[in-house]
Amino acid sequence: MPAGVGIPRALLYYYYYPLWKEFFKTLGCEVIISDKTNKAILNDGLSHCVDEACLPVKLAFGHVLNLAAKKVDYIFIPRLVSVAKGEYICPKFLGFPDMVKHSLTGLPEIIDVTINMRLKHRELSKAYTQVGKLFTGNRVKIWQAYRRGEKALKRYNQLLLEGCLPEEAFAVMEGKQKQSKLNSHDLKIAVIGHPYNIYDPYISMNIIKRLNSMGARVVTADQLPEEVVRREAANLPKKLFWTLGQRMVGAGYSFVKDNNIDGIINIVAFACGPDSMTGELIARSSRKAGQTPFLNLTLDEHTGEAGVVTRIEAFLDMVRWKKSQQAAGLGSA
Amino acid sequence: MKVTFPHMGNLYICVKGMLEFLDIEVILPPASSKRTLTLGAKYSPEFACMPLKLNLGNLIEASELGADTIMMAGGCGPCRFGYYAQIEHSILQDLGYKYNLVVLEPPEKHITELTSRVRQITGKKSWWKVIQAIKYGYLKSRAVDEVELMSFKIRPRELVTGETDRALAEALKEIDRAGNMQELKLAEVRGKEIMNDVAVDSRRPVIKVALTGEIFTLLEPFANLNIERHLGRLAVEVDRSIYLSEWINDHLFMGLLKGIRSTKEYCRSAAPYLNHFVGGHGLETVGSIPVYARQGYAGVIQVFPFTCMPEIVAESILPKVSAANDIPVMTLIMDEHTGEAGMVTRLEAFVDLLERRQNRGYTMKNAK
Ligand code: SF4
Ligand code: SF4
Repeated sequence: MPAGVGIPRALLYYYYYPLWKEFFKTLGCEVIISDKTNKAILNDGLSHCVDEACLPVKLAFGHVLNLAAKKVDYIFIPRLVSVAKGEYICPKFLGFPDMVKHSLTGLPEIIDVTINMRLKHRELSKAYTQVGKLFTGNRVKIWQAYRRGEKALKRYNQLLLEGCLPEEAFAVMEGKQKQSKLNSHDLKIAVIGHPYNIYDPYISMNIIKRLNSMGARVVTADQLPEEVVRREAANLPKKLFWTLGQRMVGAGYSFVKDNNIDGIINIVAFACGPDSMTGELIARSSRKAGQTPFLNLTLDEHTGEAGVVTRIEAFLDMVRWKKSQQAAGLGSA
Repeated sequence: MKVTFPHMGNLYICVKGMLEFLDIEVILPPASSKRTLTLGAKYSPEFACMPLKLNLGNLIEASELGADTIMMAGGCGPCRFGYYAQIEHSILQDLGYKYNLVVLEPPEKHITELTSRVRQITGKKSWWKVIQAIKYGYLKSRAVDEVELMSFKIRPRELVTGETDRALAEALKEIDRAGNMQELKLAEVRGKEIMNDVAVDSRRPVIKVALTGEIFTLLEPFANLNIERHLGRLAVEVDRSIYLSEWINDHLFMGLLKGIRSTKEYCRSAAPYLNHFVGGHGLETVGSIPVYARQGYAGVIQVFPFTCMPEIVAESILPKVSAANDIPVMTLIMDEHTGEAGMVTRLEAFVDLLERRQNRGYTMKNAK
């Protein structure tokens, strides 16, 4: 029987799942992901994690427990120190595997290999080799698995650039779905936030689909090429050492300048440390430019769906009104 | 040029000493107060950690006194501290405060980035003089640490409540006032004398509790609501997992001075529970628990500001560490709404628990 490797549908799942899945599958493992976020998963996370943690980490606890209940053989929780040279993700990513191991009991074996590309790019393949050795002694096979993973990741990133959302891209890659055509929408709204917030429909109250149904096309930071994001972020007084933060700020700067973007929604997680800094930078630059309507949404476990919907509706009304004013040549900007 | 910098407990004594050694005019922000925090919180992002809010308040208040240049330490992540200076500066700019910002941090590319930044502050002073100034500032921090350490032992045993605090303030003033190396030596001696003059009951039973956690909150009495004082008055002898001179060495000198008390022991002790640094002092917090348990402390209190990331990681691991080392650990989280009275109640309950544990230990031993 193949070993069952569980991957929590949380945190950087939204960036690396295709790589991880391909990697483990090529090694002959069965890959199991936790269920889509639901109330039970969230509550489980809330009750097993320290109160002070941010919402995404609490939720990730819930997903780990969900996998444990599925009786997987392993749970893959890499210690993501850094995924780009000279940068980090967040202190909590550094300690996440330990938080899990010391707060939860009855877990299967945790694969908590350290992924640190802060120093050298080579580290990455080393880390995967270490994981691969759990399943095979054949180095060539591990190397192949890693290469296939990388290829899948490339394809995935391409789909994102083309405007796919993560879950949709996963389905396209599995051949379960055709890449959807972009419908005609009258508005273009940028949604900025950590991938695990904006792409988790339960946590984000389905914001992307909701905007779509309200007639807005959504763009996210992940649809901007890396070079653009980095070039924009280079305008900061000092390089941001958080990879996700840099992506968000860079995208924010770019959206603020882009005349095709009708509005920006910035989503922050309750008690998120980096967001408190990057959110500030983005909001400041948007205020300064003063053109594009800007909405800040804070998500926490108590956020009521109705309230969010009302705010989004009001925001879109405002955006539309502004747009019609501008079209009529009355724009006050 | 009128240089200022944010407060962190007694840090000002050394930094001011260092700058004045170089004949640089210093404008000290008023000691952190309710007003400082209110001002800072008003203009900071909501989920910013408390040190940032207090920093910002300090800088606003210093600007009101005429400061025009900020000197701050920085860093390169993963924690927010490394971006404090830049965020605070841009907030201040938007509010219309005119400030020149100089951040002392590890250079991104080349050492000259750092040296030219230092030059912005020191002007044409020779490097020899600058190095002397750094050494001088550091010696001040050591002197501060010395008298503070004494206060930890004296406070729980003082005969007249409040005497230790009065003496400590006086001793610190001596050190602050010293204007050169010779005077500093004398001031340190005098400071120790002042501390030794506090009347104590050396036979009073005290229990030992260690404070660990986020450094700013540990070092800034306004942020920790005078926790050392309150514990002292509950007949608790405290220790702190980190001292001013260590912070200075780590952040201002970027670890240049080697072989000072090192945090290696903490990191080693943390290994069974946490094997990787997590920014800030999260790793040291975890590792300090077994160390204090071995040293016979009755309990440990972890303090940190709301939303502090490294300490949240530590917090979720601490119950295990506490159980494995058989030492009670309490966590106190500080934000702008934490009240001093509420904290004292929690401290009393914790100390009570520790005392009962100790007594039980004695009776069990006697029964054997
Ligand atoms: S970046 Fe923010 S939301 Fe993500 S783990 Fe860190 S604190 Fe939590
Ligand atoms: S260690 Fe804590 S208080 Fe300090 S910058 Fe980081 S999050 Fe803020």
